[in-house]
Amino acid sequence: MTDTTTPDNLLAATPKGVSLWQDAWVRLRKNKLAMFGLGFLGFIIVICILAPWITPYGYEDQDLRLGASAPSAAHWLGTDTFGRDLLTRIIYGGRISLAVGFIATSVALVVGVTYGAIAGYVGGRVDSVMMRLVDIIYALPFMIFIILLMVVFGRNLLLLFLAIGAVEWLTMARIVRGQVQNLRQQEFIEAAISLGLSPAAIIRKHVIPNVLGPVIVYTTLTIPNVMLLEAFLSFLGLGIQPPNSSWGLLISYGVESMEEYPWLLLFPGFALTLTLFALNFLGDGLRDALDPKASRD
Amino acid sequence: MTGNIVGNWRIGLVAAVLLLLVGCGGGEDGLTRVQQGNLDGVLHFGNGTEPEGLDPHIVTGVPENRIVSALFEGLVTKNPETLEVEPGVAETWEISEDGTLYTFHLRDNARWTNGDPVTAVDFHWSWNRILEPELGAQYNYNLFPVVNAEEYANGTIEDFSQVGVTVLDDYTLQVQLKTPTPYFLQLLDHYSTFPVHRPTIEAYGTMSDRLSPWARAGNMVSNGAFDLTEWQINSHIRVEKNDTYWDADEIDLNAIVFYPTENLVTEDRMFRDGQLHRTQEIVLDRIPVYRAERPEIVHIEPWLGTYFYMFNTTKPPFDDVRVRKALAMSIDRNLLDESVMQGIVEPAYALVPPGTLGYQPPKTFEQSADRARELLAEAGYPNGEGFPEFEILYNTQESHRRMAVAIQQMWASELNIMVTLVNQEWKVYLENQDNLNYDISRRGWIGDYVDPNTFLDMYVTDGGNNKTGFSDPRYDEIILREAPATLDRDARYELYREAETILMEAMPILPVYTYTTKHLIDPSVKGMPVNIMDHVNYKYIWLDPDA
Amino acid sequence: MWRFIAFRTLQAIPVILTVITVTFFLVRVAPGGPFSSEKAVSPQVEAALERQYRLDLPMYQQYFTYLADLAQGDMGPSFNFPGQRVDELILQGLPITAELGLYAMLVAVVIGVLAGVIAALKPNSIQDYIPMSLAMVGICMPTFLLGPLLVLVFGIWFDWLPVSGWGSSPGDKILPSITLGAMYAAYIARLSRSGMLEVLSQDYMRTARAKGLPGHVVVIKHALRGGLLPVISYLGPAFAGLLSGSFVVETIFQIPGLGRFYVQAAFNRDYTMILGTTTFLATLIVLFNLLSDFLAAWLNPRLRYQFSKGK
Repeated sequence: MTDTTTPDNLLAATPKGVSLWQDAWVRLRKNKLAMFGLGFLGFIIVICILAPWITPYGYEDQDLRLGASAPSAAHWLGTDTFGRDLLTRIIYGGRISLAVGFIATSVALVVGVTYGAIAGYVGGRVDSVMMRLVDIIYALPFMIFIILLMVVFGRNLLLLFLAIGAVEWLTMARIVRGQVQNLRQQEFIEAAISLGLSPAAIIRKHVIPNVLGPVIVYTTLTIPNVMLLEAFLSFLGLGIQPPNSSWGLLISYGVESMEEYPWLLLFPGFALTLTLFALNFLGDGLRDALDPKASRD
Repeated sequence: MTGNIVGNWRIGLVAAVLLLLVGCGGGEDGLTRVQQGNLDGVLHFGNGTEPEGLDPHIVTGVPENRIVSALFEGLVTKNPETLEVEPGVAETWEISEDGTLYTFHLRDNARWTNGDPVTAVDFHWSWNRILEPELGAQYNYNLFPVVNAEEYANGTIEDFSQVGVTVLDDYTLQVQLKTPTPYFLQLLDHYSTFPVHRPTIEAYGTMSDRLSPWARAGNMVSNGAFDLTEWQINSHIRVEKNDTYWDADEIDLNAIVFYPTENLVTEDRMFRDGQLHRTQEIVLDRIPVYRAERPEIVHIEPWLGTYFYMFNTTKPPFDDVRVRKALAMSIDRNLLDESVMQGIVEPAYALVPPGTLGYQPPKTFEQSADRARELLAEAGYPNGEGFPEFEILYNTQESHRRMAVAIQQMWASELNIMVTLVNQEWKVYLENQDNLNYDISRRGWIGDYVDPNTFLDMYVTDGGNNKTGFSDPRYDEIILREAPATLDRDARYELYREAETILMEAMPILPVYTYTTKHLIDPSVKGMPVNIMDHVNYKYIWLDPDA
Repeated sequence: MWRFIAFRTLQAIPVILTVITVTFFLVRVAPGGPFSSEKAVSPQVEAALERQYRLDLPMYQQYFTYLADLAQGDMGPSFNFPGQRVDELILQGLPITAELGLYAMLVAVVIGVLAGVIAALKPNSIQDYIPMSLAMVGICMPTFLLGPLLVLVFGIWFDWLPVSGWGSSPGDKILPSITLGAMYAAYIARLSRSGMLEVLSQDYMRTARAKGLPGHVVVIKHALRGGLLPVISYLGPAFAGLLSGSFVVETIFQIPGLGRFYVQAAFNRDYTMILGTTTFLATLIVLFNLLSDFLAAWLNPRLRYQFSKGK
């Protein structure tokens, strides 16, 4: 039986660092749900990229006389109040939602994990100052901040991603910091310090792999959050403007007429939920695969 | 052992939560709020947004107006059916031959809620208050037809006795106007001209103190048919029948409860759940459903307001009238009405809504995509080639979005020009309009009183509400000098038609449709006719539980 | 431990002061003033309004008068509601939002922890998949969708519960509490599942089981404590977020809470109200973060040891 908490194993594990990902991949491939999630995501991404070749309609093509119509042979998922093909709008909306989801979450992930890891690892006064800064940003009136951004920089998709990332990293930082603080007290880290490893190396080689579990779980929780936040910001005027759309926006329009035209809510809702399910399966699989303790199996 | 206790504790907690949830939901006690209200004579009124205040001289909004007009009464009121002026605090009045001197005879039985008589002195003091420069009353201009009122409000004269308002005796008030202003009586039903109770205001602050709490429930003394009894912000405002009101015998309602209903879907659900007698709006997509299922509750009527787009005429290519006309002509207003607006509005081709007390606006253009393409070619953009990309600015709201999306597509398909939509939060939108920082912007205007002037005076040169850069000397001459001095209604309307023709030939604005008011009204509500001012006169309303 | 608490509490002061300062200047540079409206306002009227609200003073002077007033507990007059004071309005909305938040939190913690623990006990079985799928749906379902949906089903179709109001008719607190709590329940379910899994796989858990302790004792006495750590550190920010995020629920259900004041203030550029609610919210956030740190410390023996040493 090997145990990650002994120094011997620690030394043995260090040169093996490169193969951590290879190991993980091997384990991930055994996880059927995770592979299904990966496959589904790949499928959605391909559809979104190939959108113009998949659907005969343009996402902005209106047929005002047709108006909102239920699913039919011509329009598989029906049309919205402008007579626009819903399937087409969902596919094009997916481009934006997925882009926002991945980019903004990556921003939140990188900033949040780095920030939280440093605060939790260094501790003491640095930690205090860093976490108070998080408190301050957290408390500022987000909407005023957004309105200002909108005015100073104009409408800009990149800005939208940044604005979303700028809020989402805060919680990530708090979670990572808590975990790292916890880890910091454990013997194997103290052992690594006494072995003279540099803090950067310790964070990279020992701390981050060990906080990956909660980070991945929280990331899968962040993606839906980010996609819905995008809908809110677009609604306020920052971000995407009609006739462009996203899943979040399609859902929020669908809510308005859920009794009259339920398909306008149902199908975008399915698209979002299924994608998030897939992401989630993949996330869980990754978490298990990357778990350092799992190697004992 | 330990495990059992903890386990039991956990089961207990779950049970407690379930009990709490189920216990709270012990079902309805038979009657809905509306049914109970019908029995008690209480009207439950969906009022749009939360009022900012109830001081008649400070508030500026329509939701405020609907409450203030239940609490206060001016010299005159309006008949909800015809919108003709009816006696209010003034029992009778005379107008001099030249139309500039008004003498009001106040009734001697008008009372404040504390029993004090309402006198001419009250009106004199109240009008002094709203014109007081330090109060900063946004609607003080409603009294500007009065001699020296504008000068006093601007601080150019400091002695209020020079303003043309004179107390002849306790029950006689004389008003001297600068020019015969034919719609002056109409203004006296506006809350800015309502009387306020001097001792109450002075008990809580000074005459020009905006921040005083006198207008809160418990402090307020008013003179209308109802008395303010409860005000919980963002929840409800309750007013009850005022027994000291001079016409109290004629009031059927015992109380009115006003609810802020910002969220249309919530308001709709409240109505269906029997919580409201009347809604402020109807969700557009539900109109066909209600029309099919319960046509008796749907009340959709023309409104004194116009929905339009305006051009920034200082910015190319919109400084070219041919471009403005091309854009205006290429829109299929009937199709917009049928599809986007569920067929409930009238297409508009001019600024003033038709039928404003007999006024008919000119129709200077018609929908014609062919003519629009010709004009665009003449302006140097054949088939839309080389036309710069531009933006439509609108404030964040579902119905504005829908309209913009449809118009965007019409311009793209008819004229082959590309336009981007920009929705902005209300205050940002206003700021960009004020600074002429836009290409084309959505706008709406609701008349303050029933006269074309309330629309046409927006477009005088450098007028604060102009916001397009439009300027025409002849137009200014008519609106500022000739029309106000013309007593005869037909002659005046002829002048307005000339002015509006000038305006529409220059096309700084692109009219889209004439507004309609949309309300769901429970069949038990009687005596609440819908009119073009969306004006409610609570004196006429009664509830019939059997309807 | 006490030194730590005192130290952290002292740290709150510069945090809140910074929030106030940044917000004060942020709102004043945001486009559109409190008095801009659709109808033009004459320059004379605008000047008078600015005098009434002290906006004619130089910015730094406005700032210091505001701070001086605040120190005396006066948050100033509301710009949007003439005749109302900001402190009064906050006190009016607070109890309602706090009650709503509390019920929502109760819903979230009870449902979330139960679902998470149940799922973690038998990972990768039906007992895991069903609660976790529901949690996933909960996360995907934004408040602005869940609220109207619940209202439609339980308020209109079944007609069991009132569609709006707070404390004005029986049962009107149920739908808002569930709507607000649902998303947090879903988060907590996922966090507690992964936390529990983590702990259950640790050696001391196996030791405990090996010692022959019954399964539920192990779970409750040992695993819950460590497994819920991520949940605890999530709760602090979550509760603060719950209060500021209650806006949507308060709008859907016509609840006169603080969330609506906060958002209305931002839209109306009600400077004093934005500042008042932000200051208040900042205090709450700092407070709850503090509490969740203390709680986490109390639950984590290692950190507790560190505190007792007075580090």
